[in-house]
Amino acid sequence: MTSAPWLSLTIWIPILFGLAVLVFSDRHAAQVRQISLIGALAGLAVSLPLYTGFNTQTSAMQFVELTPWIPRFNIRYNLGVDGISVLFILLNSFITVLVVLAGWESIKRRVAQYMAAFLIMSGLLNGVFAALDAMLFYVFFEATLIPMYLVIGVWGGPNRVYAAVKFFLYTLLGSLLMLVAFLYLYDKSGGSFSILDWHKLPLAMIPQLLLFVAFFLAFAVKVPMWPVHTWLPDAHVEAPTGGSAVLAAILLKLGAYGFIRFSLPVLPDASHALAGFMITLSLIAVVYIGLVAIAQTDMKKLIAYSSIAHMGFVTLGFFIFNAYGVEGALVQMVSHGFVSAAMFLCVGVMYDRMHSRNIADYGGVVNTMPKFASLMMLFALANSGLPATSGFVGEFMVIMGALKHNFWIGFLAATTLIFGAAYTLWMYKRVIFGAVANERVAKLQDIGAREFLVLALLALAVLGMGLYPQPFTEVMHASVDALLQHLAQSKL
Amino acid sequence: MFVADTMGGVLKFAAYIAVCTTLVYSRAYLTDRGLWKGEFFALLLFALMGILVMISANHFLTLYLGLELLSLSLYALVALDRDSARATEAAMKYFVLGALASGLLLYGMSMIYGATGTLDISQVAKAIATANPNKIVLTFGLVFLVSGMAFKLGVVPFHMWIPDVYHGAPTAMTLIIGSAPKLAAFAMAMRLLVMGLLDLAVDWQQMLVILAVLSMAVGNLAAIAQTNIKRMLAYSTISHMGFMLLGLLAGVVNGNWLNAADAYSAAMFYVVVYVLTTLGSFGMVLLLSRAGFEAENLEDFKGLNTRSPWFAFIMLLLMFSLAGVPPTVGFYAKLSVLQPLLAANMTWLAVVAVLFSLIGAFYYLRIVKLMYFDEPVDTTPIAPSLDMSVLISINGLAVLALGIMPQSLMALCYFSIKAL
Repeated sequence: MTSAPWLSLTIWIPILFGLAVLVFSDRHAAQVRQISLIGALAGLAVSLPLYTGFNTQTSAMQFVELTPWIPRFNIRYNLGVDGISVLFILLNSFITVLVVLAGWESIKRRVAQYMAAFLIMSGLLNGVFAALDAMLFYVFFEATLIPMYLVIGVWGGPNRVYAAVKFFLYTLLGSLLMLVAFLYLYDKSGGSFSILDWHKLPLAMIPQLLLFVAFFLAFAVKVPMWPVHTWLPDAHVEAPTGGSAVLAAILLKLGAYGFIRFSLPVLPDASHALAGFMITLSLIAVVYIGLVAIAQTDMKKLIAYSSIAHMGFVTLGFFIFNAYGVEGALVQMVSHGFVSAAMFLCVGVMYDRMHSRNIADYGGVVNTMPKFASLMMLFALANSGLPATSGFVGEFMVIMGALKHNFWIGFLAATTLIFGAAYTLWMYKRVIFGAVANERVAKLQDIGAREFLVLALLALAVLGMGLYPQPFTEVMHASVDALLQHLAQSKL
Repeated sequence: MFVADTMGGVLKFAAYIAVCTTLVYSRAYLTDRGLWKGEFFALLLFALMGILVMISANHFLTLYLGLELLSLSLYALVALDRDSARATEAAMKYFVLGALASGLLLYGMSMIYGATGTLDISQVAKAIATANPNKIVLTFGLVFLVSGMAFKLGVVPFHMWIPDVYHGAPTAMTLIIGSAPKLAAFAMAMRLLVMGLLDLAVDWQQMLVILAVLSMAVGNLAAIAQTNIKRMLAYSTISHMGFMLLGLLAGVVNGNWLNAADAYSAAMFYVVVYVLTTLGSFGMVLLLSRAGFEAENLEDFKGLNTRSPWFAFIMLLLMFSLAGVPPTVGFYAKLSVLQPLLAANMTWLAVVAVLFSLIGAFYYLRIVKLMYFDEPVDTTPIAPSLDMSVLISINGLAVLALGIMPQSLMALCYFSIKAL
């Protein structure tokens, strides 16, 4: 079972399917959709052995693949997963299937290119999570920009060009500085791009701080953390439904993943020194962005701001340096992957019918779309962090961790339970409940089998993770413990 | 007088390929305009010969001879469309400024001759190392030499001719000027600065720092304001040549040569990659042009994805390569230049370089935006000849393939520099 190069398969199968569908024109849209679905399912299928064959007892990298790639710079095609990264590959492969299904009917123009962009992006994202060579990581990290840029720009809303360019340049700014940081580490480590070598590399405080700043700019933009978050609402609002779902569910995780894979273990002393700064920014995201979300009138914008607030929880969990915090943050990342994707897909369902994202255009949707309303209820509750949903587990663990660290940090973090409930449920109330607002709402059709399947799968995931989080947390224990022990040792 | 070495061999081979590609790309364009005739081939082949002579020159006079052969052929090529006022004006500007640059170069060479008593480049190096020549004369000579070279490379503040000539010349000639001669200019820099005047590295490195930073700044900022793609690519050339200089200047640090092969091979790799990408980009401009229509405005790229998804994809690869986004080879070109900079403790320069590439990314993204996000204005079918479609596809895919497997080309550059 473990002999096959599973990680390579999770990367290259979606990419190859993506390239394959590119040859079709719009006349063969039906075939394109089928092939894409097969590709996405194949990608999911080859990622399952990563979970079933995963050894939860060790923090070492598993499913390791290693071949020289560019010997000139000692860059190696080195893949592997530990308890931190494996879940994201599964999450990504799962979300890709849903995104392909969600775009089944709503995308009519350039279907092949749309599907190809998502499949290629899916493979590249798996590559980011699996890469153990920094340059390989960088190549995948940057390459994801190209399909996302096209997805926002080609299939996006009216202001798509602005949003796409802003998205691209913001991210590129951060990642170019990260490239300089990588080259610095390459030089210091005597010519190695291996991330695991860098974990052991001793570094003085000043270089650590400078590198931290470079990594911070790269990853904080991706997360996004306040105050470099402004690209996200634009990108989300303009992106097509599938684009928003992948952006929120997976692309944002790249930033958080970067912190836990690079900033924390490579620069432990700088991380400790700047923890206060990071916690402050995270709390601003949780509290201030939470308040901003309440004021939104556009559903997608509201969910975008809620994403920023939830990701604030993730960075908060990382920088309080205890097991509750880090594991809670990882759980929150996975949960947010499900919940935010679900919320965006819900908005997509309504948008396909009404062509409006404005909360004011809706009201009383429950009267015409009862099935949809009940599913969305579950996701809204998960988004506000209600117990028994996946949203609760991560937030609860991070709040526990924060309370152990400092009462007031925990207290401020806990306000999210109020704000999160306020903005999500208030939006839900205005859109779904009440009397039927207008004729267009009265004519709405409830969700069909395909839409139901997509949302039901996500609902199962959200409920399953909320009721029985053990399968998710047991995978990460060993790796998180090793990370925390590593963090406790100074590299000076 | 003349050396045959691996670096020369590789660069010459690249120059041959570039000129062959140029011929294929420009055939339809020049035929439509009645320029596909005897003089064109004679001049182009003379230019190629000039390039080959320059690449292998190991003597100031040989180098100068090659340079003049190349330049004079190019002046005439630009003016080949003699009824076009714009092309004639461009040729005139090119000639006047080019002659000035040649003058500077020659003056520099004469001063170095005065200080060292020889014109042979390896003898010059020996004389500087052992005979303790007059430092002031030598430095003056160096300044003139670097200025003349900067003219030929087209780096700021000696870049004025580039936008006008690129814009004014018929696109096929722009393609010629923008591709193979860059290889020769790089070889000239290697022969003069590295093989001849390496002992003066401290002096010329400072000059190159200024040239490089200014070029990246002016090139990238001015490119944003352009609406003509030939002009935009001209400014992009300026910025790329500036970036390439970063490789040349990181070779020797405080008399330490450990970094030299890394740095110079990075610059060489950068130039080869740049030529490959430029060939494709100007080739695409030629591909969209037809009889009586020059596809030289950015607008002409609007909706290319609707008109021809395949060529839009090729252009996408080329643009992302120029912007230095992986998985295209342009990224590795930037990477290999930045690496020796970091190793030479010039981190600030690396940061400046990446910030300007960020600005540069904007205008390459704009082309992608026009091709993919906008609807076409012009819906004439694109019907290039078979040889051209095949070659430009290979060109574009090579940018991607070398981006996925850059090792071979990198190693080739590394070993040819190592063998010097």
